[in-house]
Amino acid sequence: MSNDNRPTSPHLSIYRPQISSVLSILHRMTGLALFAGTALMVTWLWSAAYAPSFYATFYSGLASSLGKLCLFGWTCAFYYHLGNGIRHLFWDIGKGFTLPVMNRSGWAVIVFMLLMTAATWGFIIPAAQ
Amino acid sequence: MTATSNLRTELAKVKGLGASRHAVGHWWLQRVTAVALIPLSLWFLVSLLTALLSPNVVKVAQWFSSPVHTILMALLLVATFIHAKLGVQVVIEDYVHKPFAKYFLLLANTFICFGFATVCILAVLKLHFLDVGASL
Repeated sequence: MSNDNRPTSPHLSIYRPQISSVLSILHRMTGLALFAGTALMVTWLWSAAYAPSFYATFYSGLASSLGKLCLFGWTCAFYYHLGNGIRHLFWDIGKGFTLPVMNRSGWAVIVFMLLMTAATWGFIIPAAQ
Repeated sequence: MTATSNLRTELAKVKGLGASRHAVGHWWLQRVTAVALIPLSLWFLVSLLTALLSPNVVKVAQWFSSPVHTILMALLLVATFIHAKLGVQVVIEDYVHKPFAKYFLLLANTFICFGFATVCILAVLKLHFLDVGASL
């Protein structure tokens, strides 16, 4: 532990990205993004309960292009983390560990995220308004 | 089993808590909250899209007048912030190795998660007990 210059593994800079490793780090990144997004939840609930005048400002911020872009990103992160989280739960009970199944479930998570995000933004939101 | 093959005390073996003193508690709670969050988060998203995403704060308060909505929302918040706290903790432990930065971030993570959860739950309770029917 005394030599700080030892090469460390995995050598990310020379590894060819694989679906297993890319989806793994995406799970962490989307988890962190969702955590950052909980600040929106706090602001939304707090302003609704204690600062109704700020609620209107906050809501128009969310409805702006930048706000919508953030919410769109958050939607992608949510569906990705949900789908891949369910994939993790299957691994936890010992299912789906072979490489072909892992590759297929990985792509299934990506398709799930794309379809659900598209459905949420393309269909449900206009219908709800 | 000889004395040299196993240095663990009888008490440690009975407790079964391992070197970290909390056994699989972290791992298990992460899974319990994950399972709880599948229906709760989807329910919340549907609620947002169908009723809650409104510029009218009165509509939000009316939605929270339902005890079922309030209970599910409180459960969602508790599960979310426990899950977030555990998840972010592991990320910090994996990537931050300088002691000061590591413990600073671990403490900040804990305080932010408990703080956010408390603020959100208080707001939800206030919205629930707000008599919006009377003010309309």
